[in-house]
Amino acid sequence: MTDMISNQQNENSAIDDQYIFDIHDFNLWYGSDQALYGINMGIEKNKITAVIGPSGCGKSTLLKTLNRMIEMVPNVNTSGSIKYDNADIFSKKQMVEDLRTQVGMVFQKPNPFPKSIYDNVAYGPRIHGIKKKKVLDEIVEKSLRGAAIWDEVKDRLNQNAYGLSGGQQQRVCIARCLAIEPNVILMDEPTSALDPISTLKIEELIKELKDKYTIVIVTHNMQQAARISDKTAFMLTGELVEFTDTDTLFSNPKDKRTEDYITGRFG
Amino acid sequence: MQIHISKSRMKRRIALNSIFRILFFLATTIGLVFLSLLLIRILNQGLGYLTIDFLRNFPAPYVEEAGMFAGIIGSLFLMLLTAPIAIILGVSTALYLEEYAPKNRFTNFIQVNVQNLAGVPSIVFGLLGLTFFVYLFQMGYTLIAGALTMSLLILPVIVVAAQEAIRSVPKEIKEASIGMGATKWQTIWRIVLPAAVPGILTGSILALSRAIGETAPLLIVGAATAIYTIPDSMLSKYTVMPIQIYSWTSRPQEEWQFVAGAGIIVLLVILLCMNAIAVWIRNKFQNRY
Ligand SMILES: Nc1ncnc2c1ncn2[C@@H]1O[C@H](COP(=O)(O)OP(=O)(O)O)[C@@H](O)[C@H]1O
Ligand SMILES: [Mg+2]
Repeated sequence: MTDMISNQQNENSAIDDQYIFDIHDFNLWYGSDQALYGINMGIEKNKITAVIGPSGCGKSTLLKTLNRMIEMVPNVNTSGSIKYDNADIFSKKQMVEDLRTQVGMVFQKPNPFPKSIYDNVAYGPRIHGIKKKKVLDEIVEKSLRGAAIWDEVKDRLNQNAYGLSGGQQQRVCIARCLAIEPNVILMDEPTSALDPISTLKIEELIKELKDKYTIVIVTHNMQQAARISDKTAFMLTGELVEFTDTDTLFSNPKDKRTEDYITGRFG
Repeated sequence: MQIHISKSRMKRRIALNSIFRILFFLATTIGLVFLSLLLIRILNQGLGYLTIDFLRNFPAPYVEEAGMFAGIIGSLFLMLLTAPIAIILGVSTALYLEEYAPKNRFTNFIQVNVQNLAGVPSIVFGLLGLTFFVYLFQMGYTLIAGALTMSLLILPVIVVAAQEAIRSVPKEIKEASIGMGATKWQTIWRIVLPAAVPGILTGSILALSRAIGETAPLLIVGAATAIYTIPDSMLSKYTVMPIQIYSWTSRPQEEWQFVAGAGIIVLLVILLCMNAIAVWIRNKFQNRY
């Protein structure tokens, strides 16, 4: 009985909690090379959080840690804690497959499977056991609509996704991610391989997705961060230098290094 | 600084280049000439004896009645047993080494030895088969003992080919699958294997076409030379094409050499077909990413 009550409270506090990720004193090493130093950061629900910083500063590393994709790299060690929905993501109880179902990811280079558009989007539901054609059809349509690409592909769902343009492929990848109904979408420089028009389309899409999802986006491009994000984190050589409202960070940076970076003095 | 380029040295370099071109061309020609001579001789001798009956008959004491049926069916059955055993074992090993095994010195050790095994003379595999399958497991001189021996023989080749095929599946699409909460096995089954199948098939067919021409290990594990039945179970006696050819060539009368020629033509045609299929698969599926 008391257990149930405390569970109830836990759930409530999780729902009320404005932070979906809570990163605390987090360090990460590749072998003996430290890549992240003492990161403290709360990621707010239903906001777009941008992570900026020069190449090699640890943006991708931080992002990949959030859904534990970082574990694909051998010899990675960590210390500190990261909580998702108030539960430690590294605890034994946390099934990594479950975490990755709730925290989806879109990669830098569009990476559709060498399958049809339909099978790409249906992949996630299928691996989670959905077999009924009708249910899959619905999910595929809804996801493609959600990724603002339904109208462009609805007549060729059975064609190979490799036949699409880079920007379309990336939106199919976003649709594929939406199909598992995640709470959080991690995006690692999702537009860096795309032309300006596709980039704009994807930025529009990201802003729309904000209503339903929490989005963390790594970007090399400061203007992009300024255009779309609510919060911006500036990283440098594995440290989180400054993390605040996007407007504040760009108009009134506190740290000298942030100022130097956003005014283009290095990067 | 001015670099002085001597005209006469340049002429020498160009002359030397032509000499090497001619030398290498000659080397290539020598190989081709002998291969063609061999082929012409075999066709000359064998074509006359290559009849439908030759494909349908069992061995016989008279040249006119001798046939290769037992060898063709024996080789076919042997491959039908060998292929699944070697491919299932080989692909599993390759998957383990590529996808599951920790990257440490032990894995490395296995890796190097798989590659070494691919270079071990086939007769050694024959002795291994004789010791284990024929005697220790008391299978005797049976089809299954031959098939198991052949499986071991081509296993290393298939492992290496499958590893290469698995390794060539782009990391990005594996990450996409894992990133959606798929388990490693789901990723392998739905993403890695389908993408690797053409490479695995190509390697496997080439390995099998090596096995179908092997004689020595099968002689050791007791394939028959003359047999008047086709195998009706895995424990039957059997013979294979190269052994029949071998037994004909070892007869003193000249006509039997011609019969052997006919047998070689059959074997060559089958080998060429297998290689053509392998090349076709490779070309059809390459460059998909
Ligand atoms: N798989 C890896 N193994 C070893 N070191 C790595 C690996 N991935 C990244 N690093 C190192 O970690 C640091 C941060 O890299 P990364 O997170 O990719 O930076 P960013 O995404 O900001 O460009 C870099 O110094 C990089 O060399
Ligand atoms: Mg990066």
